[in-house]
Amino acid sequence: MSLVTMTIAAEERGAVPAERAASRKWARLARPVLGLVLPVMLAVAWEFVVRMGWASGRLAPPPSVIFQEFVDLARSGDLQRNTLVTLGRVAAGFGCGVAVATIVGAAAGYSPLIRRLLDPSLQALRAIPSIAWVPLFVLWLGIFEASKITLIAVGVFFPVYLGVMGAIQSVDRKLVEVGRAFRLSDVQMVRRILLPAVLPAYVIALRSGLGLGWMFVAAAELLGASEGLGYLLLDGQELGKPAEIVAAIVAFAVVGKATDWLIALAAAPFLRWEDVVRQE
Amino acid sequence: MLVLDRVSKTYPNGVHALGGVSVEVDLGEIVAVIGGSGCGKSTLLRAVSGLDPASEGTVLLDGERITAPHEKIGIIFQEPRLLPWLKVAGNVGFGLGDRPRQERAVRVATALERVGLADKATMWPRELSGGQAQRVAIARALVPRPQLLLLDEPFSALDAFTRTDLQDHLLNLWADAKPTLILVTHDVDEAIVLADRVMVMCPRPGRIFDAIAVDLPRPRDRQSAAFDFVKRRVLAALDRSLSRAVQPADGEGKASAGAALWW
Ligand SMILES: Nc1ncnc2c1ncn2[C@@H]1O[C@H](COP(=O)(O)OP(=O)(O)OP(=O)(O)O)[C@@H](O)[C@H]1O
Ligand SMILES: [Mg+2]
Repeated sequence: MSLVTMTIAAEERGAVPAERAASRKWARLARPVLGLVLPVMLAVAWEFVVRMGWASGRLAPPPSVIFQEFVDLARSGDLQRNTLVTLGRVAAGFGCGVAVATIVGAAAGYSPLIRRLLDPSLQALRAIPSIAWVPLFVLWLGIFEASKITLIAVGVFFPVYLGVMGAIQSVDRKLVEVGRAFRLSDVQMVRRILLPAVLPAYVIALRSGLGLGWMFVAAAELLGASEGLGYLLLDGQELGKPAEIVAAIVAFAVVGKATDWLIALAAAPFLRWEDVVRQE
Repeated sequence: MLVLDRVSKTYPNGVHALGGVSVEVDLGEIVAVIGGSGCGKSTLLRAVSGLDPASEGTVLLDGERITAPHEKIGIIFQEPRLLPWLKVAGNVGFGLGDRPRQERAVRVATALERVGLADKATMWPRELSGGQAQRVAIARALVPRPQLLLLDEPFSALDAFTRTDLQDHLLNLWADAKPTLILVTHDVDEAIVLADRVMVMCPRPGRIFDAIAVDLPRPRDRQSAAFDFVKRRVLAALDRSLSRAVQPADGEGKASAGAALWW
């Protein structure tokens, strides 16, 4: 009997989700398309307006001009070089900021003593708009890479620090007790209970940290740089080339989104246990 | 054998939750602990488990003093407390982290089979019903083959039907290796169906008020006259333990007697 029921059950399980998976796949493909409708419509409309001669499009270039600018920048290699420079700065600043924030946040989340010692000062520092540090960083670290990377790291630090600390503090004590009941060592407790428990919040913290990292790299480069996407913005402004500015903005958006997506993608296999509702 | 010798517990906030509990439990015996709310049942169980050791007195398991969680002791909480990031099989095998992969897989599969969840091994905890999740928790606690299994109101969050079902499950599993079972419960029927001995506790500070032996052959028939006879005795003892609780006449005792009316 059990053999029969099992085969039937297996068949049902195989058949129904296959169909559903197919329709879900379509839904997944269609969803981003829906989001594209508005921007594409606006772009087409603006292109049309400029082509018809109703507007000059000199200050707000139409999509075709921006695209041409993109192609030119790419052909000369300027786009790739500047993107890589900016990406390198974000990577360095993000790396440093995340490393320090994770260690400090974990310590403050784990030990009330450290939290009472550090948190008030950090909260006070957080109240300062990070850009306000720039003059000081330039005095201390010069106008080149070090000051820019420091600014980015400071921007990344706070959301990650707060996220890690909050996540560790809110780990379910009942699950920690399960670990104790099974006599986990400290290392095992961290690896088998704490890490998985804080991971979802950590990924969110990393992503908001990365967002701030991109914001601050733009700010740092606008305040003076000889290369980088922010330099393209400056260059476009000084030479009166709005298409170059918009091309750089688009490049910022694309690379920023891509890095965010990379984090989400890398974390996804470890977060499959989360309730589906939160993923959708 | 488990020996409790004048086990007392005073919490850091000054609450005197246990006032010298002494009791001996044989290997393989099933003991049910009942008593009014707040009389120290959970405190007692946590002291025995080593999760929250006694402030005075000793807990000895086979002559070994228990002051921290011990490999011979398994615990089942009121909630399943499954780790949401591990699949069912991972949860069941949680206590076997140091064993070879092969052995772990076999023991997990056997345990899931025994609790009737062999087909759920690759599911996430969130995909289980409350009763299934608690069965996984039972399997997880039993897989390391504890000699003493502690259960704190393990079925109280379940509906009556699932509860009797899991009581039967528990008895079946117990029969495999016959560990010692200490079961805290609010349900007099549950205590009598499962236990060899029902201990009634009274509060402030928590003590053992009475112990009633249940000499009925298993499986036990809840409708039988003998069952009813034992039940009356337990209820009477419970009543007396609660009326003692009222005596301190500080209003607090009355509240706890009122809370226990739903029995
Ligand atoms: N962590 C704690 N800190 C301080 N006091 C506590 C703590 N846990 C329990 N108590 C107190 O100890 C007493 C016994 O509590 P305990 O949880 O053992 O009761 P219980 O018999 O399990 O009650 P219930 O049937 O409601 O679960 C209560 O008066 C409670 O207020
Ligand atoms: Mg309790």
